[in-house]
Amino acid sequence: MRLEAKNISFKYSSNGKSILKDVSMHIDEGERVGIVGPSGYGKSTLAKLMAGYLTPMSGSVLLDGKPLRGKGVCPVQLIYQHPEKAINPRWKMGRVLEESGFMNEELLSRLGIEKQWLTRFPRELSGGELQRFCVARSLFEGTRFLIADEMSTMLDVITQAQLWNVVLNEAEKRNMGLIVVTHNQHLAERVCTRIIDLSLINNEVHSQSEIAEVCL
Amino acid sequence: MVCKHEHLLDVQNLSVSFKMYDRGLVQKELKVISDLSVSVDRGEILAVVGSSGSGKSLLAHAIMGILPENAAIQGAMKYQGEDMTPEYQEKLRGRQIALVPQSVTYLDPLMRVEKQVLGAGKDAKKKIPALKGIFNRLELDESVGKQYPYQLSGGMARRVLVSTAVIGDAELVIADEPTPGMQTGQAIEALRIFRELADEGKGVLLITHDIDLALNFADKIAVFYAGTTLELASSGDFLSGEESLRHPYSKALWRAMPQNGFEPLDGFQPFSGSLPSGCLFSPRCSMCEKQCRQKIPEMRELRGGFVRCFHAT
Repeated sequence: MRLEAKNISFKYSSNGKSILKDVSMHIDEGERVGIVGPSGYGKSTLAKLMAGYLTPMSGSVLLDGKPLRGKGVCPVQLIYQHPEKAINPRWKMGRVLEESGFMNEELLSRLGIEKQWLTRFPRELSGGELQRFCVARSLFEGTRFLIADEMSTMLDVITQAQLWNVVLNEAEKRNMGLIVVTHNQHLAERVCTRIIDLSLINNEVHSQSEIAEVCL
Repeated sequence: MVCKHEHLLDVQNLSVSFKMYDRGLVQKELKVISDLSVSVDRGEILAVVGSSGSGKSLLAHAIMGILPENAAIQGAMKYQGEDMTPEYQEKLRGRQIALVPQSVTYLDPLMRVEKQVLGAGKDAKKKIPALKGIFNRLELDESVGKQYPYQLSGGMARRVLVSTAVIGDAELVIADEPTPGMQTGQAIEALRIFRELADEGKGVLLITHDIDLALNFADKIAVFYAGTTLELASSGDFLSGEESLRHPYSKALWRAMPQNGFEPLDGFQPFSGSLPSGCLFSPRCSMCEKQCRQKIPEMRELRGGFVRCFHAT
């Protein structure tokens, strides 16, 4: 199975600056691809496009040669950087998990999700605890590709290693494809089989001051 | 007690607890920081690392005297040898002690950035050259000064917060997670500014998850876990690796860094409502023995640092 971005371009407002221009990339199942590049270069935008949260202005995102279906559960799942923004604040955590049809006790315990957290509201949990739920619900049976957008930046290194360990393990077991967006070079080298520098495949030229950042 | 030298900031056996309603009108105390000691000297950056929810930000707020009303504090906090009473704290904060808050929501949404950075004092205008200098170093365009916080990106807002804290003449800067969202180059520049402050004889308390980055700028590292300090080490100990560290948790932190093995540790930090009776780390520790479960070890000196463990050698 292959997830593919074909010549996609995107801008947030019709008269605004273009973020991505004519970008193409692909990932096969079982692959772990890192996406690096300075902020403002469209890493998160690319992640959202590939997961179907945004629609490209031109070009297409294809899963096995076909566009992503708008209905039902999506086989491409995205984990956001800010879990507090990705969870319904009015739902208790148990309901958040049930929505994805996912209640694998064994995985929950490996992620360290305590039973008593299920009856709490999102605001009663810390960022690290919420992110465990986001990982759990994205790992339901139908997931074939997982996109982790700065999944572990606000976590301490032990929690970071715990989460990644579970994700890498599941990805391998199910032969999932993994896209890893990160600023952390060490992390990218550690988890990825291949690393793409977005500034090299993006045909939108960003301004000089931004390019200077790349050299740092 | 005879003090050989006076710390700029000295926190001894600090405990913080929150009064909460349990059921109906029944109140309970939730202890979030227990028996915590740290000190910052002039000319020094102390980095505070450790798990999320271990009380790092609460320590910062306790020092500033801005904890919520239902918090109760025990223990001693001294600034230049003087007890930090609420009145004294009020005098100090914003003048002698500056805070870089963790959340970007601390910016006043109705005030232009420039005004917030310069502050309200009589000599605010005099700080304009300094503001230009700092903005330039942190790659903030001059036009940012005229903008309102809602117009800033996350990383820009953080850089504004850093400028706010370092532009004054504060003797002690407390930076609570100042760098997330910043690009590596900008984060390094921010830390370099803190380093320069320290080299001028000021003190910096740097709270961070980014151990990697902090190691290159800090002098000492305090490792926090479940509301207390487990170890105090020099940054050199962290740089030279696992063997130089003392506490099993610090070693585990080191091993969990992506470049050092990326090894997770089983189990989770205990919830402050249900702390173990002995060593707070004992449920996850491979060296745990009977005495660890019964008694909380005291902080003791070891190989030039401090550690809270019976077995550390």
